[in-house]
Formats: sequence, structure tokens, C-alpha cells
Amino acid sequence: MPQKVAEYFEELEDIPGTRVFTAKRARKGYWLNQFCMSLMKHENRERWRADERAYLEDWPMTDEQKEALLARDYNRLLDLGGNVYYLAKVFSTDGLSFVDAVSTMTGMSVDDYKKMMMAGGRSPKGVRSIKEGN
Amino acid sequence: MAKITAGVATSHIPLIGVGVDQGKQDDPYFKPIFAGYDWTKEWIMKPENKPDVVIMVFNDHASAFDQNLIPTFAIGCADEFQPADEGWGPRPVPVVKNHADFAWHIAENLILDDFDMTIINKMDVDHGLTVPLSAVFGQPEEWPVKVIPLAVNVVTYPIPSGERCWKLGEAIARAVESFPEDLKVQVWGTGGMSHQLQGPRAGLINAEWDQKFLDDMTANPEHLPLIPHIEYLRETGSEGIEMVMWLVMRGALKGQVKELHRHYHVPASNTALGHIVLENGA
Ligand SMILES: [Fe+2]
Repeated sequence: MPQKVAEYFEELEDIPGTRVFTAKRARKGYWLNQFCMSLMKHENRERWRADERAYLEDWPMTDEQKEALLARDYNRLLDLGGNVYYLAKVFSTDGLSFVDAVSTMTGMSVDDYKKMMMAGGRSPKGVRSIKEGN
Repeated sequence: MAKITAGVATSHIPLIGVGVDQGKQDDPYFKPIFAGYDWTKEWIMKPENKPDVVIMVFNDHASAFDQNLIPTFAIGCADEFQPADEGWGPRPVPVVKNHADFAWHIAENLILDDFDMTIINKMDVDHGLTVPLSAVFGQPEEWPVKVIPLAVNVVTYPIPSGERCWKLGEAIARAVESFPEDLKVQVWGTGGMSHQLQGPRAGLINAEWDQKFLDDMTANPEHLPLIPHIEYLRETGSEGIEMVMWLVMRGALKGQVKELHRHYHVPASNTALGHIVLENGA
């Protein structure tokens, strides 16, 4: 083995503003992510749109996860074990693109975020490592 | 005998698919995105270059696989695969046709070569597989090549190391060489380059790192499998990790590999678009 497993996972937590979708997060977010998958079916999207709270009752998620979903608080959902490819089912149902939804996690307006992308994106300078501050 | 003639890598950004499906190629935003594929479109349809089969290394984005089943390496062995409904209806693209005899041959050889492949018969294929086809072949009635889907988990950690991906490429090359039918085969690596689709650091792009990675495909390939996951994540964003799939492609090539074409453009949606065409050595 090239590297100790504990060290491997510790390093993944050292990136500013990033939640790597580790097995630990995947376990925490299992039902949250499976709920998201259910929105790939048209009839489920219709039920979800009609009454979001009622639809959530079928899913054994924590109250925190349910509230974060209703609030579309994507950073919170990442903390609670959500993964962006799963959460995409929620924002696609809302009619949002990846750029629209992803920009809400950055504290920037969609327009400012788009401008940043057109100008070459966010520089990695200063956001590589929490420990190193580089 | 089957022979790997070339390796191709390209980002598989959903927006490229949207651009093709909605005929936006001449829109100012899309123009520079598509311009970089013109060379490849012409090159690949010349009879001396046109592959019979493409081995497509891609990842599923919570479309065919959910949290119930997370195969590290999987190979599609059915006769055909339908485009997935990713939440807004399936893309209007042709069904993906496989060369199933060849796919089974590769699966058998890989397993006996110590790669514990998952075999898939039913799988809808998402933008990870269909966008590269659209970028290179446009909108034909039928895809002009057979496609063997090879799915890599790059979503739920731990994902396979760069070194393991490279070695899988080497094993694929051995499997291809032992197939008796005369076939021109290309291996395609998809995904990347820099992008992060989550959290306050979203939108990260590192053009310098990406360009060096493209350079090293020919200048310094032995360095590539040694890049640890943490470097991709720190330097190119959390979804930049998809570049490990390019290493399966590069590992399948050998000898003096020559760069034939390169395309790099920022942005396409949240992502740095990268595309390279490599001629296989002898
Ligand atoms: Fe992807």
C-alpha cells in the first residue's frame, strides 16, 4: 500500500471549502442521496413539486437533512452527506443549471460567478490547503 | 488481430451535449468550444484512422449507479445501451451499440489478468459517455463506431489510484492484442480537466496544471501514474479527479506516443475543457 489509509483521509479534509465524498459522508447521506435519485422519475418529480414536505415523509432522513433540502441549502446538504451529482436531481427539478446551483454555494451572485468563469475561473492560489494556507 | 491505433481524451461536460442537441455551435459562447473538435472530426472519419471500436473510459454521475452499487471498475457487455434520463429526459442521441464478443473477451482477459471487473448488462449511459461521442461525431443517425463502456468510480472515495488506472490501461492493451478479429481500436479517456462543482471553492480552474498534464501525456508519461489523488483535488478542484480516467487511456498506449492534436478552453460551464489526440507507438 503506497500510503496509510488514515493519512489518506486526513489529507482529503485539508482542502478549503471542499467536502470530498468519502465513505464516511456517503454513509451519513445514504437516504438523502437515494431520495435525490427518486427524482429521476417523472411521477416522483410531480409528487415532490406538489408537496415537498409530504414527499419527504416517505424517506428516513434526519430532520436537519429535510430542512436543508426544503431550504435548498446546498453547502449544508454537502455537510450532511449529500453529493453534488445526487443533489443535481433536486436542482434540475427546480430548472436550475449546474452553474446556477453551484454558484449558490460560493456566496457570489450567479452573474458574478459567471463573470469569474469567463475571466478564467477561480485561482487555486490560497485555497490549496488549510494547514499550509497556500 | 485487433490493434489500438490511437488514444483520445476529452472532457464530457454536459453543456457540450446541450450545445450539440440545441444546435448552438455558432453561438459566441460555444464557438471556441466546438472549434477545437474540427480537427478531430476530420481526422477520425478518414478511412485509415476511423476506429471500428472505441473503448470508452467514463464515469457514471448517479444515473445508472446509485448508492446501492458502487463498482470500482465495470465493463458493459450487452449489445446496446440507451441514453440515460438525467432529470430532463434522455438526450436525443443514437443508441450506443457494443461489440459484445469483443467486450466479453476483454472482460475475461482482464479478470484473468487480476483486474476484478464488474460486468454490466443493463446500463443507461449518461453524459459521461454520450457527450464525447457528440463532440467528435456530431449528430449522426447512428454512431459510426461500436462502443465498449468502461466505467470507473470517481465519485465515492476511495476511488482507484492513478497507478491502478494506468495498469488497467496496460491490461486492456494486452486483452486487445489477443483478440483475433482485425479491428482498429481506440481508447478514449473522458472527464476533467480542472473543475469543482461544490462548496465555496467552486469554479476553481488551474490552467497551468492542466497544460502540464497535457504536456506530460507525451513529454513525461512515467510521472503521470504517480500523481496522488490529493494533488488533483488541491490543484484542479474536487471534480478534476476525473483525470485519472485519462490514465487508463494513456496506460493502454505504448512506445513513442505522438501528440496529434490538442484543445484547451476555459470556460465551458464550470469547467476547463481539455481534449487531446494521441497516436499509438509501435
Ligand atoms: Fe464527469
